[in-house]
Parts: sequence; structure tokens; C-alpha cells
Amino acid sequence: MVSEYRIKSASGEYEVVIGLEVHAQVTTQAKLFSGAATAFGAEPNTQVSLVDAAMPGMLPVPNRECIRQAVRTGMAIEAQINKWSRFDRKNYFYADLPQGYQISQLYHPLVGEGEITVSPDEKNPDQTKTIGVERIHVEQDAGKLMHDQHPTMSYVDLNRSGVALMEIVSKPDMRSPAEAGAYLRKLRSILRYVGSCDGNMEEGSMRADVNVSVRKPGSDLGTRTETKNVNSVRFVMQVIEYEAKRQVKLIEEGGEVAQETRLFDPGKGTTRTLRSKEDAHDYRYFPDPDLLPLELDDDFLAECRASLPELPDAKLKRFEDLGISPYNAAVLTAEVETAKWFDRLLDAGAEPVAASNWANSVMPGILNAKEIAFDDERNTPEASAEILSMVDKGDISKGQAKEVFEIYLDEGGSPAKIVEDKGMKQTSDTGAIEAEVDKVLAANADKVEQYKGGKEALFGFFVGQTMKAMRGQANPQVVNQILRAKLDG
Amino acid sequence: MNLTTKTIAELRDGFRAGDFSAREIAEDYNAAVEAADTLNAYLVKTPEVALEAADMADKARQTDDLKPLSGIPLGMKDLFATEGVTTSAGSRMLSSFKPPYESTVSANLKAAGAGMLGKLNMDEFAMGSSNETCAHGPVISPWRRDGSNAAITPGGSSGGSASAVSARIAPGATGTDTGGSIRQPAAFTGICGIKPTYGRCSRWGIVAFASSLDQAGPMARTVRDCAIMLEAMCGFDPKDSTSLKVDVPQWEAGLSADLKGKKVGIPREYRIDGTPAEIDALWDQGVEWLRDAGAEPVEISLPHTQYALPTYYIIAPAEASSNLARYDGVRYGLREAVEGGGLHDMYKQTREDGFGDEVKRRIMIGTYVLSAGYYDAYFTKAQKVRTLIKQDFRSAFEQCDLILTPTAPSAAFGLGEKSDDPIAMYLNDVFAVPASLAGLPAMSVPGGINGDGLPLGLHLIGNELDEQTVLNAGLAIEERAPAIELPEKWW
Amino acid sequence: MSVTLEDVRHIANLARINLSDEEAGRLLPELNNILGWVEQLGEVDTDGVEPLTAVIEQKMRLREDIVTDGNIRDKVLSNAPEAQHGFFAVPKVIE
Ligand SMILES: [Mg+2]
Ligand SMILES: [Zn+2]
Repeated sequence: MVSEYRIKSASGEYEVVIGLEVHAQVTTQAKLFSGAATAFGAEPNTQVSLVDAAMPGMLPVPNRECIRQAVRTGMAIEAQINKWSRFDRKNYFYADLPQGYQISQLYHPLVGEGEITVSPDEKNPDQTKTIGVERIHVEQDAGKLMHDQHPTMSYVDLNRSGVALMEIVSKPDMRSPAEAGAYLRKLRSILRYVGSCDGNMEEGSMRADVNVSVRKPGSDLGTRTETKNVNSVRFVMQVIEYEAKRQVKLIEEGGEVAQETRLFDPGKGTTRTLRSKEDAHDYRYFPDPDLLPLELDDDFLAECRASLPELPDAKLKRFEDLGISPYNAAVLTAEVETAKWFDRLLDAGAEPVAASNWANSVMPGILNAKEIAFDDERNTPEASAEILSMVDKGDISKGQAKEVFEIYLDEGGSPAKIVEDKGMKQTSDTGAIEAEVDKVLAANADKVEQYKGGKEALFGFFVGQTMKAMRGQANPQVVNQILRAKLDG
Repeated sequence: MNLTTKTIAELRDGFRAGDFSAREIAEDYNAAVEAADTLNAYLVKTPEVALEAADMADKARQTDDLKPLSGIPLGMKDLFATEGVTTSAGSRMLSSFKPPYESTVSANLKAAGAGMLGKLNMDEFAMGSSNETCAHGPVISPWRRDGSNAAITPGGSSGGSASAVSARIAPGATGTDTGGSIRQPAAFTGICGIKPTYGRCSRWGIVAFASSLDQAGPMARTVRDCAIMLEAMCGFDPKDSTSLKVDVPQWEAGLSADLKGKKVGIPREYRIDGTPAEIDALWDQGVEWLRDAGAEPVEISLPHTQYALPTYYIIAPAEASSNLARYDGVRYGLREAVEGGGLHDMYKQTREDGFGDEVKRRIMIGTYVLSAGYYDAYFTKAQKVRTLIKQDFRSAFEQCDLILTPTAPSAAFGLGEKSDDPIAMYLNDVFAVPASLAGLPAMSVPGGINGDGLPLGLHLIGNELDEQTVLNAGLAIEERAPAIELPEKWW
Repeated sequence: MSVTLEDVRHIANLARINLSDEEAGRLLPELNNILGWVEQLGEVDTDGVEPLTAVIEQKMRLREDIVTDGNIRDKVLSNAPEAQHGFFAVPKVIE
């Protein structure tokens, strides 16, 4: 049972109802309806074709990859794929919208209903909730306006104009900031698994319109506000908290929530009314007469499906079935790079449970300390597999494993060779260990007496001396066994 | 010898035979253009462009490297973007717009060797049927009523093209037809004009009026000339999503006035009350000519004919209201900034000053029929009726191979005679619009001269992609109709 | 349905066209006239009729995802009423 999020007030508790419209930039080379590039960070107006600038007589021709990626995304959330869809024009005037309309899909979207299962509580990944997705449609991004370059002018850069977006519209199924955060993280994860969006929120590849309303549990939906273009998971959660409280306060004070578009101020963590793009919203949607209906054939759909990778939920289940803890499995599958890396680690023969502990608990600390990125080319899964296999065979201790990994990262080469060269290979040769134990006990007869007299803490001393004598290469378990036999037996 | 009396085919053949040079053709036409300012047909004259193409053609003739239109200078409707040459679409909004690109159709013509004499006047953004909505003044027809000096409209919106071809200041010209804008002016000026099947000519680089209706086509003095030009203009264009991926037939080679085995549909709904008797008489005469050419007339029904114009006057303005939203003063064209005002003040002032009355009227209508609460009642309803109109034609073409009607319900009228009544003006296109809504090829060919001495046109509608039958029937009429004596030069 | 002067102003605002009172007054009867005329479509029985979606039936072609355009800033800006530092400049927009 996911814990309930409630806003308390004098007249009782309110629940919050949240829906998210996520705009995700489709990963493609070229734009949705023109051959201009989509790369981030280019000089202003250099990635603009005559089509993107809406020169008179210019016409749109759709990019197959944009359609393909949206279909694959739909398939990844088990959504209905509409073999017949259509592009509509959404008409409004703004300086970042060269055509005077955005080509979008209103009446017949490419993707219909689907769902995403999320775990709002990271500590309890087994507690899940299913959030409905209403639709995914494909549309054009607008250009960018800059207001701070000139005292009386705004500047228009059309590099983003016409870049393909997927608008992923959830149902109003979320009831807390945590659920919304989990939904966004999971959606981002799926998009990145599928490869349809890089999920880079800082560069604007993913941004959310946050629809929030409040109500007394069990009553009808309240009036919602829409806070536009929120570009991080944390901000989305802040918007919800702020809006929920603001709306409850308003209602409690006898006011009414206005259905309006709002803007988030990340500095203050607040929202405010956005002056609307058009005084009266009337987008006059109608089918774009420059385009024909989009009809997908079975071959196209089959290729989309066949090209889907194993998705986060399936991977999570497979990891859990290997005995990996739900928490570890959840962490390992959240990011597609981690998951792929870990699969390579398994493929290289590592034992799953030990491997999951290594990847989740051991390795990150070492990488962090050395400021080496997880995806650094030195950090191959094969090297980790080699180290884990030496631990497994008892050739090195877990402590030595860290040491070997560090040396490996610093110096390169093969972990096995490092162990060999540095003489780190640990011995389980009972004869050799016993001989050293005997020497240690003989040299410390006084302490043996004290131990036998009850000072049991000295056991560690004997272990330490033996290990020291064996230059750390004795298998600690064997040392323990022999010492116990000699001292306690 | 003044070469402006010759048809495109005659110019082409004479040039190839070495009777005259391409430069001579261009020079004659440049001179004729220069002497015809009174008609206001050309907005921009490009004599040097015509000469350059002519010199290339003359060189090509020496190296036996001729292209289909080598040596032929043409007029270009100002709706076609021409690289580096002002393209205003007849609007103040674009009066200084120099496209950094060339429309596919004009590029096709150039690639076929044609030269350009200049840019031809037109109704603003192709919205009009009399060429009176142009920001640069109306085009005057070379035609006059017998015994009158009153200025007559060449029709619209391709009025500059019609006037130019008719006055022999271009052997042929491009036109565009959204709801009759090639055919009606062709009929008004005693020339031929064909609108091919929607999708035959690329719309890329043609300033858009109503995307689902706009189609380019040639206007010339003869059916053969239209066939020659059309072959060069058409072709698949990957830059236009609605462009048809079909081969361009050799229409000129396929010309034949023998219509044996063809059935000509005569739609009973096109007999409209109040149509002048001379129009009905011409129509009857047209039927006889086609019968004489071997065709069998059959009565057909196009039951939704009367709804075509209202349907058109919802769909075309709706699309136009959206297509013309890009004229906002931001990236090109007119900008009227308001002192101390913001972006939206700039939009409103720019669009108030940049658009003329008819364009504003249509933008208003289009905006209204798409607006919340009215979309289904108007726009969706119109698109449904459009489906029925399309079905009407589909059924009709099960019974016939082509359809014959008058082109327009009257001969050309005097400037100013109808400009006060938008609907009266719209009714000009009553016979032309149904084929536009259905995307069908349709052509106007001269049929005769009316009692006032003005030309009248006959209208041929073909089935999808069957331009050949339309052209052939046009040829059959051309061979039988009395020759049109072009007006004596008064300008 | 007939439009009011209020409607005319609203539509003009949606279409971003300034209208003087005189122009609005002149347009009002014109628009009502045209709208009244197109409303004859109401007579047509369109039950079960699909709105037309393609003038000539054909399937929409899709482009390959290849960069074939762009890097033509000079052309893009060549007709700009006001271009500065590679941008289009417009009167300041306050959000
Ligand atoms: Mg939204
Ligand atoms: Zn959107």
C-alpha cells in the first residue's frame, strides 16, 4: 500500500490529483518536417531550413524515424498503436512559432492508451502503482526567444523550430509528488531504454506540463491549473507541493481555483499566473492540408516491435529471478547504461548476487573517489568479472578485490596479472598456514596464556600476526579455522 | 516579322529549324512587354533573365543540346517564388520579398530551357476572380466590349497571366488554380488554361492560398501549347507530401482530336437559372462539336453541385486563414511596429496594413469557421459535403470519360462592376469550383465570342490523372470553334 | 447563426488584424451575408459521411532521417525586417 499524501486544512484533508504532459524530444538527426539538424548548442539560426523559417510556399515532409520512435515508445508502454493517424494544425501567434501554427496531432494521435508501472517509494521497490497514459502524439517544437540580449528587443532563434517532440499525456492518476516523480523517472528510463529520447532535462529534451487539482477524497475533480515547461523531476515535485497547498488555501479561504496556465519560478519554488499566449485560447485545430493521413503497415509495425530492447520491468524481473535483491535490481535497471553494463558483467560470467553487490555497493565508491565516470572506457565489465571470479575462487579476499580494482583503474592491464605481479594471490594451503600459525603461537606464548585465561579479544591479534607473516596472502577463513583448532581445541 | 504572333509550338519549331534565334524571340517579347504597361500585367519585368535563357538556348542549338522549352520565354505568375526576383503574391505584405529559393514548377520550366519575361500580376494571395484585389492595381484585359473603351477584367486570380498571353506579351504563362483561377481568366481572355490533377504539379515554392485546392497549370493560346508547358511543369517532388508519384505522360505526343468511343457527360445540375442564354447556347454548341469529333454525349447527374461554392467558401478561407498566419512581420515581408507597442501590436498593425480587404475578409471567415464551437458546424460539415462532391464525380465517371460545361456563367465584366458584392463575385466560379474540390483535371478552351464581342470559354473536366482526354477534347473544340481573333492593340 | 460586432472584433483579434470601428462595421454585414449563404450546407444530409481527408487518394510518404538542410543563415535572414547578431529581432516580449 502506497502511503497517502494529504494536505491538511481546517475543514479536513484534501488529496491532490496530478496529470503530466511530458514533451520528449525524439532522438533523430533531422527535424520532424525538414532536413535541418537537431544537434544541441549550435549557433543561432544555423540549423534552420526554409521550411523551419516558414518561408512562403514551404511544405512539410515527415521524417520516418520520428514516427518510428514514437511507435516504439508506445509499444514499450503497451499502448495501442493507431495505424491511421493524422497531423493537425494548432493555430496561434507567437514569435517563436514561424508558421503561425504548430503541426501536432489532436483528433487522431499516433499512439493511444497505455500504462506505466512505477515505484513511488525507492526503498520499497516492490510497492508499485500503475499510471495510465492517455496518448502519445508527435508534434513540432517551437523556436527560442531571448529577452535579455537587448533593452527593447527580443531575439528569435529557430534552431529548435520543427524539432520532433513526443507529447506523452498521462491520465490524472497520480496522487502525490512522489508518484509524479516516480512516473517521470520511470518514463525517462523507458524512453532511454527504447532510445527514442535522451531524457536530458537540462538541455530541454524532456519537460513536463504539470496539471494539478485538489479535492476532498471521494469528491469530484477540482479545477486544475497547468504549470508549463517544468524541466526537472525535483521541480515537478515542488510545483505539485506548492500548487496543492496554494489551491487548498484558496479554497479554504472561500476562493476558487482558476483554470489557468502557470509558470514555475525555480528560484522561489513557487508558481505564478502566466500571461496567456492568446488572450482567448482558441487554437482552431484542423487537419493539416499539406499532409496526408499517416497510415502504418504491418511490416513497419513489426520492425518497430522487433527492434525493442528488453525493457526496465522485464529486466528487473529477470534480475530478481537471479536472486538479486529487489532494491539492487531496481537500482541496476533504473538507468539503461547501468543495466547494459551489468548485463555485460553477467555475460562475462559473474555470479549475479555478488555481482549486484559489487556493482551497487563497492564499485561506485571507488569510481567516485577516483573521479572516474561509470561509463569510462577503463571501467569494463570484463575487468570486474575477472576480479569477482578471483574472489569467488578464494584467490583474493574481498578487501583485496577493491585494491586490485583500484590498481587496475590506475595502471590498466589485467586484474589477474595485477594479482600475479603484486603477489597478492591468497593461499589456502593449510600446511603453509599451519606452519606460520605455529611460529606465531610459539613466539607469543605469554599471549596464548592470557587468551586461554579468558582474554578472548586476543584472537584478532593472532589472526593479524599470521596474516602479516603471510604478507596478507593467507585465506582469512583458513587462518581462523586453524587458530580456533589450535587455541580452543 | 514580329515573333509574338506565334504559338509556343511554332516558336519552338521555328527556332529549332533555324528560322529565327532565341534571342530574337526574347527581344520581340521584351519589347512587347515594355510597350504594354497600360495593362498592368507585369509586376516585375526581367528582360535580362529572358535574354540570358535565350542566349543559352542559342548556344544549345549549336551543340544540339536543346531542351523541350529552349528558346521559349514565359511569364510567371507572381505566386511562384523566383530566386532573387521579387515575389509579392500581389500583396503589400510581400512587396519587397525576394525569395532565396525557386519554386519547383518554375525551376522545372527553367530546367526545360524556358526563359522568364517577368512576374505577372494577380489577385492578392490569389484571392479574387477579377484581379481587382491586387495591391498593385488591377490588371486590364486587352479585350473591350464592342464600341466601348471601358476597362474589362481579365478575370482572376491569374489575371496577369491571362491578360499577358491574350495580349501577346507572353507566349505562355504559369497560373495557379484554387477554385477556377486558371480557367475563369482563360475563358475571359479567349485563351486556353488547364489545371491538372491535384498533386501533378508540386506546390513547393508557390505561395500558399488553400493547400488542399491549389494547383499550378499553364495558360497559353492553344491546347498544344498547354500540353507542352504542362509536361515541363509536372513531376513528382519529394518536397511536397501531396505530390503524386506518377510518370508525366507525353501529352503533346498523345494529342488527338478523334474522340471516337468517348462519352461526354453533360451534368444536368449545371443548368442554372439566370445563366445568360448565350452561355447555354455555347454549351449546346460545345456538345455538338464533341459529337462531331466522335464522342457520345450522355446526361449525367452531379447532385451536390449547388453546394460546391459554399463548401469551397468554407474550406478555402479556413486553410487560408492558417496559411497566411506566417505573415507576421517577424521573418520577412512588411513590418509595422507600433511606437511603444509590443509583439502583438506589431502583428495586428502589420496584418492590417499588409493585407487588402478581400484577404482580410477571407481570413476572418476562415478564422470564424475554425473557431471553437463552429468547427464541426462549418468546417467538418464542408469536408463531408466535399466527400459527397467527390463521390458525385466518381459515379459520373463510371458513365462518361469527360464532362463538358461552360467555364463561367458570364463573359468578362467591367472593372468595378462586381466588386461591391462578394457573393456575386464568388458566383463567377460556380462551374469551376466543383472540379477543384475533387482535385480533377479541368481545362478552359475558347468557344466563341458573345454579343458584346467578348470571348467565352468551354470547360472540360476529366477523371483523375486523365489530362490526355481533357486535352484531346480541348483540341477537338479548338479545331471546330471559330478562331479567336485576338484584340487589336490599343494599349 | 449570425455574428455580432463583438464577434467580429474577437475574430479579428484571433487573426491578429487591427480593425477600426468603421472597418468592423463594414465587415459585419459582409460576414453575416457570406455565413448565411454557406449555411445552406445544412440542407445536405451528411449522416455517416466521412470528411474528406485526401483530395487524391495516396499514402503519405516518409523521409529518411538524414540531415540535408540548414547552414543557410544568410538566406534565412535575408528578408528579415530586423536581424541582429544572427537572430530575428522583434519588439520585446514580456512573459
Ligand atoms: Mg500542454
Ligand atoms: Zn505539446
